[in-house]
Amino acid sequence: MSSGEASQPFNWSVGKHGSYFLQQLRDKRKIVGIKCPGCQRVYVPPRPVCGHCFKGLTLDDIIPVSDEGTVYVCTIVQFGFVDPSTGIQRPVPYTWAFVKLDGADTCLTHFLDSTDPEKVKVGARVKAVFEEKRTGNLMDIKHFAVL
Amino acid sequence: MGKRVAIVGFGQTYQRSSRKDVNGVELINEAVVTALADAELTIRDIDAIVIGNMDHFEGINYVDMWSAEGSGAVMKPVIKVCTGGTTGTTVAMCAYYHVASGMFDRVLAIGWEKNSESDTTGAIITAFHPVWERPTLGGAVAGLAIEASKYMHNYGATERDGARVAVRERLHALNNPYAHLHQEWMKGIPPEKLVDLIVGSEQNAMLAYPLRMSDMCPRTDGAAAVIFAAEGKAEKIAPVPAWVHATANRHNFVYAGDVDMDRNTTIAEASKAVFKKAGVKEPLKEIDVCELYLPYSYAGLKWIEDIGFCAYGEGPRLLWDGVTDMDGELPINPSGGVMSSNAIGATALIRVGEAALQVMGRAGARQVKGGDVNLAFATGFGGCYWGDIMLLGKKKPA
Ligand SMILES: [Zn+2]
Repeated sequence: MSSGEASQPFNWSVGKHGSYFLQQLRDKRKIVGIKCPGCQRVYVPPRPVCGHCFKGLTLDDIIPVSDEGTVYVCTIVQFGFVDPSTGIQRPVPYTWAFVKLDGADTCLTHFLDSTDPEKVKVGARVKAVFEEKRTGNLMDIKHFAVL
Repeated sequence: MGKRVAIVGFGQTYQRSSRKDVNGVELINEAVVTALADAELTIRDIDAIVIGNMDHFEGINYVDMWSAEGSGAVMKPVIKVCTGGTTGTTVAMCAYYHVASGMFDRVLAIGWEKNSESDTTGAIITAFHPVWERPTLGGAVAGLAIEASKYMHNYGATERDGARVAVRERLHALNNPYAHLHQEWMKGIPPEKLVDLIVGSEQNAMLAYPLRMSDMCPRTDGAAAVIFAAEGKAEKIAPVPAWVHATANRHNFVYAGDVDMDRNTTIAEASKAVFKKAGVKEPLKEIDVCELYLPYSYAGLKWIEDIGFCAYGEGPRLLWDGVTDMDGELPINPSGGVMSSNAIGATALIRVGEAALQVMGRAGARQVKGGDVNLAFATGFGGCYWGDIMLLGKKKPA
């Protein structure tokens, strides 16, 4: 990852569960979650432990979720700031939304394609738009389009 | 059950947008020296120190080591804690546990921050998951705006309701010489009129819809120090010690996307635990004053519901009825609160210190109820909407 002219010496593991999620995004344009057999909660992205039950979740617990969902909470960011991951000013305005995908109990945090306060609303229906060239990164989802 | 513990001294620096006259160590020292003078103690009387700030904000790590000379920690036991926005209350809880354990008699809790030397938004973003969350996160402002969006959706709360909280905090700050924001122009104007002016102002820039400048806390330089002492010692140090009746904290999840935005569940659960421990049945009636970590306006509507001061959706009514003003039934943030000063690592500790001053009857122009405060309630807030609570009282707990 670059930070302006400098590079960041960080490498983060997303683990087996996170890797599977990213592979599905990259190779099949599919979004997956993980269902806890204890409390039936479906987590997106998938992770190896259910915090509520403290139960270990295996790759067998992974299930598909929809690429459509509902805006749970949202904001239209107007103030400029330097993105610490890139060293570059994040382009504003942009819409940050927590999307509860159909079939999931937690939210994926992402961008929406609109910055219109009339359209950017709690409860709005949205659908994932995938990048043509995908690299195995959350940003393989370009943004969610407001339907 | 541990030893009973009281707060016997409090010191804070003047909270300002930039304290270029001092470096971090000197800023810490200012608060420590003030707290020691307040309790009429010397650094030799202090058995141990707990210190905290947002450890990567100023690009400085090992603050416990780096600040030892200013904090008074040379050749003393010292522990650093950092829990994000709750750091100040966690520092206080940790100092309390040190004394309650019976292992130390007098412990100094320190919180500090020099936001003017940091990139607050960038630093806050790095507190979140690098792969799943950082690419889209817009720092604290956006992280709070999303909660506002849900509260407005659920209860039809308006910009005016948010502005009413901001008005309360900034009017109260006018009584507090230590507060960062002193909006003198507000003096003598009724709250409703101030709300009109703020909501109608074109200069009140939108930061992250629906939050505007007036809805947010400032970035502040400042430090605070609170001295905790064991029963037997506390009564000799302070004429009216502020006894710790109960404390609790709750954390929730790793990812912001997992958090229940309808309720602040951590503050709700920690409050319940504290009220149960202290035997508080009707919080609104029994608590005399609050110092709440409210970093943005709508928190002043929603979180008082989570604490249990009113039913869900009734926060705005309490506000508009004046219940939480200086002369109301439950004054909230007589200091001006976080929306008037936010030196992040110090912020929650200032809530505890200010609550202690209210109990001691020594809060000066910001003192409520003529000094007759039996129970004061303080909160910390941080990370994925998690909460720390500390309940202080005038009577020695049973
Ligand atoms: Zn579970």
